[in-house]
Order: sequence, then C-alpha cells, then structure tokens
Amino acid sequence: MARLLNHERGGWILLAVLAVLAVVVPVANLAVPADSVFHVSTYTVTLLGKYLCYAMLAVALDLVWGYCGILSLGHGAFFALGGYAMGMYLMRQIGDRGVYGHPELPDFMVFLNWDALPWYWYGFDQFWFAMLMVALVPGLLAFVFGWLAFRSRVTGVYLSIMTQALTYALMLAFFRNEMGFGGNNGLTDFKDILGANLQADSTRAVLFVVTALALALAYLFCRLVVTSKLGRVMTAMRDAEDRTRFIGYRVERFQLAVFTASAVLAGIAGALYVPQVGIINPSEFQPLNSIELVVWVAVGGRGTLYGAALGAGVVNYAKTVLTGTLPEVWLFALGALFVLVTLALPKGIVGLWRRRQQSRRNLAHA
Amino acid sequence: MRPITQLSKALVATAAAVATLAAFSASADAEETIKVGVLHSLSGTMAISETTLKDTVLMLIEEQNAAGGLLGKQLEAVVVDPASNWPLFAEKARELLDLQQVAVVFGCWTSVSRKSVLPVFEELNGLLFYPVQYEGEESSKNVFYTGAAPNQQAIPAVDYLMNELGAERWVLAGTDYVYPRTTNKILEAYLRAKGVADEDIMINYTPFGHSDWQSIVSDIKKFGSAGKKTAVVSTINGDANVPFYKELGNQGIAAEDIPVIAFSVGEEELSGIDTGPLVGHLAAWNYFMSVPADVNDDFIDEWLAFIDDEDRVTNDPMEAHYIGFKMWVEAVEKAGTTDATAVQDAIIGVTVPNLSGGMATMLANHHITKPVLIGEIQDDGQFDIVWETPDLVPGDAWSDFLPGSMDIEADWVELKCGNYNTKTKECSGQNYE
Amino acid sequence: MGARRLFSAWRFLIATPLFLLAPTTVALAAEDAVVQAAVDALNTRSFDDKRIAATELAAIDDPRAAVVLEALLAGELFTERGSGRLVIATLVDEAAGPRAGYALRDAVTDEDLGETGRRGARRVTVNNALRRYLRGLVAGMRLRDADPGNRIAAVRAVADAADPDLGSLLRERLVVETESDVRDAIVTALTVFDLDSADEATRLAAIAASHGNLDGTVRMKLTALASDDPDAGPVHSEAVRTAAKDALAGIERTVARFQTVETILFGLSLGSILVLAAIGLSITFGVMGVINMAHGELIMLGAYTTYVVQTLMPGALEYSIIVAIPAAFVVSGLVGIAIERGVIRFLYGRPLETLLATFGVSLILQQAVRSIFSPLNRAVATPEWMSGSWEIVSGLSFTYNRLYTLIFAGLVFMALLVILQRTRLGLEVRATMQNRSMARAMGIKSARVDALTFGLGAGIAGVAGVALSQLTNVGPNLGQGYIVDSFLVVVFGGVGNLWGTLVAGLSLGVVNKFLEPVTGAVVAKIIVLVFIILFIQKRPRGLFPQKGRAAEA
Repeated sequence: MARLLNHERGGWILLAVLAVLAVVVPVANLAVPADSVFHVSTYTVTLLGKYLCYAMLAVALDLVWGYCGILSLGHGAFFALGGYAMGMYLMRQIGDRGVYGHPELPDFMVFLNWDALPWYWYGFDQFWFAMLMVALVPGLLAFVFGWLAFRSRVTGVYLSIMTQALTYALMLAFFRNEMGFGGNNGLTDFKDILGANLQADSTRAVLFVVTALALALAYLFCRLVVTSKLGRVMTAMRDAEDRTRFIGYRVERFQLAVFTASAVLAGIAGALYVPQVGIINPSEFQPLNSIELVVWVAVGGRGTLYGAALGAGVVNYAKTVLTGTLPEVWLFALGALFVLVTLALPKGIVGLWRRRQQSRRNLAHA
Repeated sequence: MRPITQLSKALVATAAAVATLAAFSASADAEETIKVGVLHSLSGTMAISETTLKDTVLMLIEEQNAAGGLLGKQLEAVVVDPASNWPLFAEKARELLDLQQVAVVFGCWTSVSRKSVLPVFEELNGLLFYPVQYEGEESSKNVFYTGAAPNQQAIPAVDYLMNELGAERWVLAGTDYVYPRTTNKILEAYLRAKGVADEDIMINYTPFGHSDWQSIVSDIKKFGSAGKKTAVVSTINGDANVPFYKELGNQGIAAEDIPVIAFSVGEEELSGIDTGPLVGHLAAWNYFMSVPADVNDDFIDEWLAFIDDEDRVTNDPMEAHYIGFKMWVEAVEKAGTTDATAVQDAIIGVTVPNLSGGMATMLANHHITKPVLIGEIQDDGQFDIVWETPDLVPGDAWSDFLPGSMDIEADWVELKCGNYNTKTKECSGQNYE
Repeated sequence: MGARRLFSAWRFLIATPLFLLAPTTVALAAEDAVVQAAVDALNTRSFDDKRIAATELAAIDDPRAAVVLEALLAGELFTERGSGRLVIATLVDEAAGPRAGYALRDAVTDEDLGETGRRGARRVTVNNALRRYLRGLVAGMRLRDADPGNRIAAVRAVADAADPDLGSLLRERLVVETESDVRDAIVTALTVFDLDSADEATRLAAIAASHGNLDGTVRMKLTALASDDPDAGPVHSEAVRTAAKDALAGIERTVARFQTVETILFGLSLGSILVLAAIGLSITFGVMGVINMAHGELIMLGAYTTYVVQTLMPGALEYSIIVAIPAAFVVSGLVGIAIERGVIRFLYGRPLETLLATFGVSLILQQAVRSIFSPLNRAVATPEWMSGSWEIVSGLSFTYNRLYTLIFAGLVFMALLVILQRTRLGLEVRATMQNRSMARAMGIKSARVDALTFGLGAGIAGVAGVALSQLTNVGPNLGQGYIVDSFLVVVFGGVGNLWGTLVAGLSLGVVNKFLEPVTGAVVAKIIVLVFIILFIQKRPRGLFPQKGRAAEA
C-alpha cells in the first residue's frame, strides 16, 4: 500500500478522511444524543453517503479520462445501470408488502396489468445475483461498446459524442413503461436490504461505512492500475497514441480493459447510491448528468484520482448549499465555476494547491 | 513518519468539517414560529409550473399571519429548491422534516417526485399536501391529496364528451409516464364497460417534450375520418402541448370536428402560448379562473396584488393548495397542536370553502370532494365553463375500473389503512404498521 | 323577459333612424321588432336555447340577422354589463388585447355605444356543437349572397357542416340558382347528402359520384354503407354494398399512395429542423473543432429574440418574423463572438475543455433567460401566412409552417455555402482551418477569423431559433432538446462537411418518420441512435469524411 501511495500526499489525506468519516459519522449519528452539538443527523449521513458515491463515480471517470485520455460523456449510464440492478434487488425484497400485496410483481407492474414477471427480472431476488449484475451489466455494455469503438479507432471528440448518444438512447429506453423498469417513476419505495430495514438509522450507518470503504478500495484499485506497468502504457497512450501503437502495444486492448474496469466501478457506485437516496429513475441517464460528472473531475483536478473525489465533494456540497439558500443564483454560480476552472485552473483545485506548495518550497530554498 | 502527521492533520480537518455540517443542521430555532415547508422546484424543467405554487403558499402564509397567525404563533415559510431532480426531492424533504422540523409541507408536482418523498414522510411522520391531479392508486397516512383523483377529472370528462357531444370513437393520447398510463387504463376499462368497441379506441404514447407531431396528428385525422364522431382525450404533459395543438390547427382539425379534452392544460400553460389554434378545445378541471364566484374574485384580486402583475393567472393546483392550506389551518386549530398525528386525526371531515363557491371536505381516504368543470379554451387564454357536475364528486383513491385496485379501499378512520383489500380482509403493504 | 323584449322593441322604434325616414314605418317597425326579439333570445345561458334562437334568427330574411350570427360565431357578440343589451364588441386596441377594453355597437341598430373596460361586457358563449351548427347556418344565409364566389364558398361550408337539416337548404337553393358554377358546386355537395337518400337509385348515383373523393365524411358514409354487420347499423342491399366497397377500395388506394408521400414530406420537415439546428454547429464544431455545448442556448436566444421583436412591433405581426431573422442572427452572433473572445480563444487545441467551459456558459445563459423572462414559456404568435396547410391535391396537404421551415433551411444552407465558398471571409476561414500557421504566415489575422467564424455559426443557430419558435415552445429549456441531436447529425454527416450535415439531417428525419408508425416515436428514435452509434464504428469519420491532413487534426 505504501508503494501505491508513494509521493501521493493527497491519496493519504483521502484515505485518512474516509477512515475518519467511517468512524466518526456513524458514532456521532447513533451514539451521540440528538440535542448534542456533535450529533450528526440522519440527513447529513445520507447526504455524505451520496457525496461518497459521486466521488467514487468521479474516480472511475478520472481513470479513463485522466489516465487514458478517453472522455466518456456516458459514465452516468453505467452508474445508473448499476443503480437499476440494485434497485431491482430492492424491489424484489418488497415481496408481498407492496400496496397491492402481490407476492411477486412490483407495484408498477400490477398497476399496468402485467401478469408475470419479465424474464430479465428473474434472479434479482438473490443478493449475490444482483451484485453480480451490478458489475456485469455496466461492464458488459462498456466492453461491447468499447470493443466496437476502440477497434475502429473512434477516439477523442467522436467517442465522447458516441457515449453521449449511448446514454441518451438508454434514457429514452428506460423512460418507456413497456421496458418493465417502472418508466419515469423508476424504482422506489424500498423496504429492506439483506433483511435490514432501510429506514433504520443503523442500516444507513452501515451503508455509509460500506460506501466509504468501497471508495477507499476503488481509489486503491485505480492507484494500482495507474502505478503498474499498465498505467505507464496508459499514460503513453494518452499522450501519444500513435507512437505507442508503433512501439508495438495493442492500444485498443488496453483502452478496452480500462474502460470496462471503469464502467464496473461506476456501476458499483450506482448500486451504493440507490439504497441511500431511495430512488432510481431514468433521469440518471440524462446526458447532462454525465457532463456534470466530467466537470466534477475537472474542478478537482484531472489525472489525480483523489482530486476527482475532492471535486465531486466540493461541487455537490456547493450545490446543496446554494439550492437551499440561493435557488435563483446557483446555476449562475455553477456555470461560472465551470468556465473559471477550465480557464484559470486547468489542473483543478489540486493543481492550484500543488502550485502553492511548489512556490512555498521554492521560497524555502531561496 | 510522514503519513502519521498527514493523518492527524486530516483528522482535525474532517472533524471540523463534520462539526460545520452539524452546526449547519442544528440551526433550527426555538419554537417561536410554526414552520411551513415549501417543496416546489424553482429551477429545472418543472420550475415552469411549480414556482407559481411556491408563491401561492407564501401568499396564504402571509394572509394567515396578517389574520393573527395560528395558535397564537406566526407562520414561517421554509422554501427549498429540489431543482426538478427526483432524488433531490427526497433529500430536501428530509432536510425540511429532520433539520428544519417543519409542521407541514406543501409540495411536489410530478408523480415521481411524490413517490420519491413518500418513504421519507412515512418514516419521519410528516404531513404533505399534494396539490396536483394524479393517477390515484395511493393513499398514505402522511399525504393529503388535494388535487383530483381520476374519477374527479377523467371520467366526468369522458361522460361529457359521450353524452353532450356524442363522441363514439376515442383517441387516448398521452405522454409516456405513469399518470397518462393509469388514466388511460381506467378510461379504456370505462369505455369498454360503456360498450365502445376495441377498434374505436386508439391509444398513443409519446416521450416527454415531444415536438414532432406530424405523423400522430395525421393518424388522428385519419382515425377521425373513418366514421363516427371522434374525440381526443389528452394526457399530454406540459411542453409537448404547444406543438401538438399547433399541428392540429395547421392540419385543419378544428375543435368542432375532433374536440380535444386535456387534463394538463390550464390557465398557466395557456399564458405561455399563442392560443389561436386551441380555441374551442376543452379542458377538465375542478377550478377555472373564470368561475363566477365572489370568493374566487377575492382570491384573484389578492393574488394579483401579491404577485404585483396584472397579467398573471390562477389555476387549479393553486386552488388545491388554497383548500389544503385552509384545511390544515382548521385541523390545527381543532387539534390545538401542529403535531402530525393529531392533525391527521383532526383533519378528516374538515370542510372549507373552495374557490368555485362550494365546499370541500377531507375524506377518510385523504382525498377531498370536488366539483368537476369542463371549460372551452378562449382566445384570451381563459376558459368558458360549458358544463359542470351537478354534485360534488368524492375523490376515489383506488379506481373501480382497474382489476388490481377494484377490491382495495382506503380509510384512515375505521380501517386505519390506505390499501385495505376487501376480499382478503387484509391491509397490505406500505401503510401497515 | 317578455317585458324586456317589449322595452327593447320600443327603444328600437325610437332609436332607429330608419323609422324616421321610411314611409312604411309600421311594417318596418314590425320587422325590426321581430329581429330584435330574435336577437335578444340569444341572451340565455342554455346552449340548447341559443341554438333555437339562432335558428329562428336565421329564418328571418334580414341582413342584420346574418351580421349578428356572424358576430356570435366570431365571439364578438357580448351583453353589455348593466343594461344586458346585446352588443357587438371589437377590441379597442388589437395588439393590447382585452385589457384596453372594447368598442361597443348595438347588435341590431348598429348604434355606437362608446367604449367600455375589460369587464364592461360579457361574451355570449358558444360551445363546439353550437359553433359547428352556426357555421352551417351562416353559410346557409350566405347562399343568398349576391356574389357567386361567396355562394360557392357557402355551399362548401354547408357541405362541411354535414348537418342533414342544412342539406335541405342546398336543395332549396338548387331550385332557384341560376349561375352554373354554383349549381355544379351544389350538385357535388349534395352527393354527400344523397348517400343518405332513401331512394336506392339516387344512392347508387351518389356512390358512383364519390369515387376518388377523399373527404372524411364521404368515407365515413361509404364505410357505413358497405358494412354487412347488423349491429353497426342497417344493412343495405347487395348492390349498394358492392358499389360502396368498390368506391372505398379506390379511395383507400389513393390514400395509401398519399400516405407514402406524406411520410416523406414529414421526414423532410423533421430533417430540415435537424439540419437547421445542426448547421451552425457544423461550423463551430466541424470547421473550428470547438465542442460548443452552448449551441442549444444560442438557438434559444434566437427564439427569444423573435419573441422580443414581436413584442416591440405589436401591430405588424405578419412581418415581425421577417424582421426577427436578421435580429436573431445579430443577437446570437454577438453572443457567440463574446463567448469566443471571452472563453474559447484560450482553449484552442483542447476541444474537450471547450466542452466544459461552454457547458458552463450554457448554464449561465439558461439562468439569465430565466431571470429576465421568467421560467414560463413565452407566447410567440404564428403569422397568418404560416398557419394552416397547403392542399397539394385533395387529401394530401402539407402545413405551411413546415413548408416554410423546409424552404428556409434550404436557403440558410445555400447562404452558408455561398459565404464559405464565394467570399473573402469564407476563403480565410477555410485557409485557417486547413492550416492555421500557414494561413497566418500568409497574413490572415487568425484571431479575427476565429471570432467571425464562431459568430457566423452562432448567428446561424439564432436563425434556427426563429424557425423553432414557430414550431415549439419558447422557454429556457428549448436549447437542451436539440443539442444531442445536433452533435449526432454533424458527426453522422462527417465533421467539417456542410453537405454531409444536410444529407445526414434529412435522411435521419425521413428514416425516423418511416419507422415511427411501425415502432412508435420513442423506439424509432432509439433505433436511429443505435444505428448512428454502430455506423460510426464502421465509418468513424461519418458519411462524408474530410480528406487530407485537416482530418487528422
């Protein structure tokens, strides 16, 4: 682990913050009495849990964008697919406690007079199967899409636009009620996960800890990838694709492997997101969401994995505060932030911080 | 060594950050005012419709405060912006109930936003007044549905077309989401029960914001020229309506030939469009700005003064908030407290005046009684009321025309259940405790 | 009521100048009283009573009756507040609408009653059933018009109303009509009524006459005649049924043929909108390599400009669109130049970062519009010449707004081609895009060219906004709906190739429209998207790839 995080202070800080959060937040939520100053409300727990999921998604995107130079504008789709897989498991867990009391069918199917469960819902009553699908569905989609795209060298702007088309097509498809995923309403009204009540504070605390852990692991996994030999090839591909190809590397295979891995991570982030926010619906597929995700990474600092996590946290925190206090202004603020970051901070917040460190060091030397 | 100092630094920083968040959350004041939550999107796609409702609630609060407040306290509005984002609705609902400790929430427009916040309200035992016509099939202990259920809008509208205009052939056109789907299911079952043949019903769904209506309107035209008097029942949502009516007008389908009755087109929507092509088409609501009633004139005057714009209009969901707010106030006064459980018991049977000169009563299934009005669109963006139900129609949470919900009943007084199955004699699902 | 009628009649006797001038005062006064009474009877809440009153009024052979009925039909018949007398109200200020009040004239005497406020008079309401009936009635009265042209129009209107009661009007007129054109029109119209005739020979003749008639009413009647289902209505004789089936089959064939043509037209129209939306992008993205996510918002600005222009010139709705085109070009173009100078010029060579920055710009523009114009949609009126449809042949028509959009898209495309191929600016643009450093070495001010090129692309987007304001909502979210589609069209057509954009847009539109009846609108769109994704894998540079070095940049 130490090798992975060599010269990576930000990484240490990220892991430390996650460790602290994973301990402090559940304790402060469950053990500290509600009227104490140190009590953390359930609202804050779910909010932080959501940020962590977004951070994990941002780390996944940074792996492909920051290190492979593949700008995916469709990572929201992988996130949403993972979320849907989890949502389907949670729907099946409701069982006969739905409003119509049907033993098998989710409410929205009864509602639309469906009489049998569609085949693609089979198996989702098993947790292990659902978890497999959380990784498999986004992974497979990314694999097929990537295989087609990288093989014919669709890269750069073209690839970005194709991934955008992909998520747009999925959004339209999931909006359709005939698809059997609840249409616009999506999947909601979940009861419990692995027998634990989702409304209970303890379950939320556990989910929060699991998310923090998953983010830490995802980060370490990505570090592992980028510090390995594979990582150096990736950087070479990003900076000079043709030259790498001429040296004899099968660029498209590396790209495909990293793209698929990143999609799986995004899917897992989505799966953790759904039980915490309590709903998954097709608006998660919106092209806009995916673009916003890219902006988190850019704000934090592209090409630094912890920076991506930081960016996701900062932008979303700003969004939470501004939509609460200044709803008319927050789009202006968000828009201005994007423009300023790309113009003034090409390396994001992390870049700014590093520059300051650098100049301080120079001063010390002088 | 280095990582350890890093860690301790990070520890301090995180603790500080968490403390800030906690302080941010603990900013709730002492009980000097009664907080009223307003959960309507002020940005994003739904801002068009929902901003008006936020203003309506603010106006009602101001009015109540001017009249001495409630239980001797002033009301305080807590406005948040869920930004047309469904997960954000749940998050903001939790913020209102958990952090702000509001006594009641007025909010939501789309079904999905209501579904998204529902578990939060049930978990934290909050009160939500939901002001929009919706698909029914729901009755929660914590939600009061002041908009129309399908039997308070769709079915009377079809009756009007059938009996007054002699429609025999039906186009059910809607946006592909749960409200049109359910409404059309109910209408299809209802029309079948009235002896309409399969080939005389055409059902069509389009995505949100659909803008290219050429083919569909052309199909409707053909369907309508195949014989009997044809009518279109439109559950087309929001933005897709303007191109739809424009195309109807341009392809020469006049309201006299194929009337379109809409459930989602009201004064507010009409104020944003050129009404020329719409004149003569119909809408079914429980309130129109043009209702001739003194209480309505007063409301309009108050609204125009509050919003300080002579051109603004009033509409049905605003009336629903008006009724819901008055009901809540009366229930709180009756219960002597804003405690949610006490208010839930007290509000059943509360009767307040509606804006069309009648009375609205909160029923045991958390729906209210409403008159149903049919209006024809005029070129000034207003409706001429051409028909109304002779009596008030009580809202029915579970449709009598859908196989799944025929046997289900909602009754929060006798049965203490929002979905009681009369066959199995069981209260199933989310609302049983 | 009775007392009031008497009172009105008396008032009428006093007021009318005719009364003073005419020698046969008694007879005239009696007729005036009858008209007045019939008009007053319209003032009732019941639509059935209104219908009876209108029928009585139409039976009086008096020009004033027609005037009143037409006013009723047009929604100009009001009751004056207080006196309750029936008046014809016209808007004092057409542009300001009812807020400026109404000018009132007595419905019968035409006496000027001055002006009143918005709530000074109440409209006599008409519902759909009544409106349809009135249209027939008025047409029936117009059958007596002196001008033969008006009479032919009236015959058609009566036929359209398809009310059996009105059929007799046509027959009565046929007896006295002398003009041959009018007689022909009546005979054709009567076939519609004759399909219901009890006499089999008349009926067969009518069926024979309706071959090739694509009118909906005729088809509906033929279908009923051809039916052998006793539940659906009376079953007719073998001969009638066969003849009707024959006629129907012929009609169906024509309809099917027209349907194909119609689908192609619909597709071209949808395609022309895609082309309009994408063509500005094919310059900023295709030629300059800038991923301009604010492109949709530039379209939106164009649409809002149309709204503002219309608000500024309320009296000249018909021309406002024409004025809006250059205005929108200038507004969006200037905003585009501002974006280029303020943001994009720092980001050349980093296309993915232009994406982020312009996305920020698009959020700002959206919120700005929301703050200035409110989040509500704005009403942009459609001028008269763009409403309705052009009937190519009977049964095949194309709406004017679509037709003009199609033509407009073509003109914009041509103009752009000319600019790029035939002007100095176009030459400089192409030179800069092909080899920036070489162009600069040749003395081209590349910064200026960049700004102008981006401004041109943005201006074209604004012009597209003018067209879209006629087809869809003008609101802050207008642009978002077109951005993904526009990028796909450009990529599909081949980046940097204007012709590619044109072909791609039109063909995607047509394909979409042919799929739509089979699969439904959503699935059609999904299929098209998946097709493009797969196509790009096969041909990564689109339909018409740019050749040479520039393509690799």
